[in-house]
Amino acid sequence: MSRSIIVSFLMRDKVGNALLAVLLALAIIVPFCSLVFEPGDTFYLSSYWVTLLGKYLCYALLAVAVDLVWGYCGILSLGHGAFFALGGYAMGMYLMRQIGERGVYANPLLPDFMVFLNWTELPWYWQGFDMFGFAMLMVLLVPGALAFLFGYLAFRSRVTGVYLSIITQALTYALMLAFFRNDMGFGGNNGLTDFKDILGFNLQHSGTRAALFSLSALALAGGYLLCRFIVNSKLGRVLIAIRDSESRTRFIGYRVERFKLFVFVVSAMLAGVAGALYVPQVGIINPGEFAPLNSIESIVWVAVGGRGTLFGAIFGAWMVNFGKTWFTGAFPELWLFFLGGLFVVTTLWLPKGVVGLSAQLSKMRRSKAASGANTEAPVQAQAVEAEPQPQQASQVAPEPDKQAEPTPKNLDQGAANV
Amino acid sequence: MKTMLNKLLGLVGLVVLSFGVLADDWQQAASGLTGKSSNHKLAAIEAMLEFDDPRNAVALQGMLDAELYYVKADRQLVIATKSGRSFLLTDLQGESLGEVAKSKIKRITVNNRIRREIRSGLAMMALAGPDEDARFSAVRSLMANVEAEQLPLVEQRLVAETSAKVQDKLRELQAIILLENGDDAQRQSSAEFLGGRMDAPSRNALLRAQSDEQNAEVLAAINESVARNQQLLKLNRAAENLYFGLSLGAVLLLAAVGLAITFGVMGVINMAHGEMIMLGAYTTYVVQQLMPGHIELSLVVAIPAAFLVSGAMGVLIERGIIRFLYGRPLETLLATFGLSLVLQQLVRSIFGPLNQAVITPQWLSGSLEINGVLALTYNRLYIIIFSFMVVAALWLLISKTFFGLQVRAVTQNRAMANAMGIRSSWVDAMTFGLGSGVAGIAGVALSQLTNVGPNLGQNYIIDSFMVVVFGGVGNLFGTVVAAMTLGVANKLAEPFTGAVLAKILVLVFIILFIQKRPRGMFALKGRMVED
Repeated sequence: MSRSIIVSFLMRDKVGNALLAVLLALAIIVPFCSLVFEPGDTFYLSSYWVTLLGKYLCYALLAVAVDLVWGYCGILSLGHGAFFALGGYAMGMYLMRQIGERGVYANPLLPDFMVFLNWTELPWYWQGFDMFGFAMLMVLLVPGALAFLFGYLAFRSRVTGVYLSIITQALTYALMLAFFRNDMGFGGNNGLTDFKDILGFNLQHSGTRAALFSLSALALAGGYLLCRFIVNSKLGRVLIAIRDSESRTRFIGYRVERFKLFVFVVSAMLAGVAGALYVPQVGIINPGEFAPLNSIESIVWVAVGGRGTLFGAIFGAWMVNFGKTWFTGAFPELWLFFLGGLFVVTTLWLPKGVVGLSAQLSKMRRSKAASGANTEAPVQAQAVEAEPQPQQASQVAPEPDKQAEPTPKNLDQGAANV
Repeated sequence: MKTMLNKLLGLVGLVVLSFGVLADDWQQAASGLTGKSSNHKLAAIEAMLEFDDPRNAVALQGMLDAELYYVKADRQLVIATKSGRSFLLTDLQGESLGEVAKSKIKRITVNNRIRREIRSGLAMMALAGPDEDARFSAVRSLMANVEAEQLPLVEQRLVAETSAKVQDKLRELQAIILLENGDDAQRQSSAEFLGGRMDAPSRNALLRAQSDEQNAEVLAAINESVARNQQLLKLNRAAENLYFGLSLGAVLLLAAVGLAITFGVMGVINMAHGEMIMLGAYTTYVVQQLMPGHIELSLVVAIPAAFLVSGAMGVLIERGIIRFLYGRPLETLLATFGLSLVLQQLVRSIFGPLNQAVITPQWLSGSLEINGVLALTYNRLYIIIFSFMVVAALWLLISKTFFGLQVRAVTQNRAMANAMGIRSSWVDAMTFGLGSGVAGIAGVALSQLTNVGPNLGQNYIIDSFMVVVFGGVGNLFGTVVAAMTLGVANKLAEPFTGAVLAKILVLVFIILFIQKRPRGMFALKGRMVED
C-alpha cells in the first residue's frame, strides 16, 4: 500500500523527477568529464569547475532545507546558516584530526591552532572526531540537537512569525560571536583549514573532488526525495495547514508545536549535511559562515526560485549563486545592488518565484481578459495573490482575505496591532 | 624656615608686581650658578627665584636632570643634550645654539642639598602661579613624589591659597606627608583624613603606612581608612561600570527608538533600519565637510539634516515598497533587507569602502573627573542626555500632538480612522518617515562613538530588534527600560566574562526570555488571536 503511494508521488512530480534524473546524470557525467578527458579537450572540466558546481549542489541542499521549513511550514528561519556551519564544523573537525603529524607543529594529537595557543590537551568535545563514522553522526546530531532545543523552547511558547525570525537571527549571530573566540577551541577567527585528506584520499586530487561532487549530487537527490516524501505525506498536509493558518490547525486538534519541531529538526540536519559536504570541497570553515547575511541569502535563493516548491528552491539556489559567481567576477561592486534588488523584486512582483512565473502570467492574462484593460491592477493584484503568510504575532487581524480588494483591507492587517 | 618665608613673600610680591624686571638682572643673579662652591649656587638659586622669569623653570629643571651646562668661553648658561660625540646646545629660551665639543662646555653639578632647594623652588613656582588649574595640577604632581621637605611649603600655601579646590588638595598632600613624617597624633589624624580619598597617592600612602606603622592606635586608624578606601574603590568601579552600561544603553536606545516607531507602532519590520542610522552618520560627515570652519557647530546642524535625509528616505521606502506589503511581515522583512544591501552598496560606491573620519568637537571630548578613580567622559554623558531628550520628544509627539493622535488612531483601528477623515496612507508614510528620521538622529550620535562606514548599520540592527522585542512591541517606555537593562547588564557582566562573551550571554538571555514572554517585558494587555 505504502509502496504504491510512493510510486504515485514519484509519478506526480514531473519537474522533480526530471531534476532527479539531471542530478544522477551530473553525478556520473561531471566526474567523467573531469577524470577521463585531458586538459584541452572540449569536454574537460577542471577541478575548479567541479568544486564550484559541487558548492552549488551544497547550497541547493541548504535551500531545500530552508524551503522545507519556510515554504511548507511557514517558519522563516534566519538562522539556517548556523546549522549549515555547524555541520561544516563537525566535518572540519574530522578533517583537522586527519592532518595529524603533517601540521606545521607536527603534533600527532593537537591541531596546529591549539599548539599555537599553548594547549596541552585535546578538549573533550574534540574526542572521537578522528573517527569518520562518529564525525558523520555529529554532522547530523549537533545541528539536530540545537534545532531541537531551540525549536522546543520557541514552538512550545508559540514564538511565531517575525519574532521567530528575529531570534533565529540572534541565534546565528551569537554563535558567530562565540566561534570567533579563540577560547572556544574551534580555531577562532581563522577557523579550520589546511585539510589534507578525507578517509585517506587526498583532498587536492581531482578524483577525490569528483567523488565529493557525486556525493553532493546524490545527497541533494536524497534530500529532495526525503523532503518530497515529507511534504506529500499526511504530515506534510498538516504542515501546509499550519503554514496557512496556525491557530485554526491547533483548534482542530493538532499539536502544532510537535509538527513544527519535527520539520525544523529534519531541516536543520539537512542543512548540516549540506555544510559537511561543503567544507571538504572549499577547504575551509570559519565563523564567517555563521554571519546572518549568509542565512538571509539562503532565504533569497528560495524566494527567487519559488518557495513551496522543492525544485524551485534548487533552481533558485543555482540561479542566484551562478549570478553571484558571475557578478562578483565581472562587476564586484554591482553584486549587492543586484542581490538587494532581487529581494525587492521577488517579494513585490514574484511572490511565487521564478517557478510560479508562468502560472502568474496566465492568471494575469485571464484577469485582464475578465476585467478589461485595468492598467493599475497588476502590481497590487500580484501582491495579494501571495499565499497567506503566518501573521505577525501581535496582530488582532482576521484571516487574510485572498480574493479581496487589493489595498485597503490588506493595509488593515498590517497596522491593526497596538 | 625664615629664608623660606622671605622667599615666599618675595615671590608673592613678585607675582603681583614685577613683570618688568630686566633680563640682565636675572642673568646677573644666575651667574652664581657657574661658581664652584655649593653655597654660591644656593645663593644664586635664591636670587633667581626673586625674579618671575620663565628661564627659572628651565634652568632649575635642567640642573635636576643634569642637563644644565655653561659655555666655558662666555659663561652663558645652556641646556646640552648628548648627540653622538658632541653636545647639542639650546639656550634657556629654547633657541638652538648648534653643536659643540664636550671640552667647550661644563656641567653645573649639584648635590643633594641643592637638589632639595631646586625641587622646592620648582614646586613653589608652580604653586604660586596665577592659574587655579595649574596650581591644582602642581599639587597633584607633588603628590606623586612626596617628600618631607615639602611640608613647610605646603603649609605656607595652605594659608595663602584662595581656591577651595586647591586648598583641599593641599590639605590632602599635607596629610600624606604627615602620615609618613608626623608625630603620633598627626599621623592618626592624617590617616583618618585620608580615609575616603580616592587618588592613587593617598591610597598608596595609606598602604605604605599600614606596613610601616608601629603605634597600635595609629595603625587601627590606618586600617580603618584603608578598609574604607577599598570599599569606596569598589563602589566607584561599580559606578563606572554602571556609567558605561548606561551609555551603552543610551546608544542602544537611540538605535532602537526609531525601530520602536516603525516596528512597534506600525508593525513594519524594517531591516533597513540600520542603514537609516548609517545615513544619519554619513550626513554628519557631509555636514562637516561642507562647513569645515565650524566643527563646533556641525553637530547642531547635522541633527536636523540627518533627520531630514533619513526621514525622506523613509518616506520614499514606505511609498515605494512597504505600502504594497502591509499585512505580510515576512515579505516586508525580506524586501527591506534587500534594500539595506542596496543602501550599503550605494554608500560604498559614493564614499568608498573605508571608514570616514568624523571629527569630534571640542566640547564633546574630555571628561568630568569626579575623583581620582571615577571620570565620566563627556561624549558618553551627552549621549545619555541626548537619548533621553529624543525619547521625551517622541513621547510628546505621539501622545500630545494632533499628528500623534492620528498615528494612534490609525494603528488602533484603520477603518474607523479612515471613516473619521484621516488620510491613513499619509499617516503611514509620515510615521515611517518619523521612525527613520529618528534613526538618522541616532546616526549623528553614533558617529561620535564608532567608525562611520558602510557597515555601521549592520552592527546595530540585531541589537535594535532585540531591544524592541525585549521591551515589548508598541511600547516606548518598554524600549527605554529594555535598552538600559541590556546596556547595564552587558557592562556589568563584562568584567567577569569579557566583552564578547557578555554579548553572547545577553543574546542567549533574550532568546530564552522571549520563550518565556513572547511579547516582551511590557506586553500590551488584551486578548489576541494569532493568524
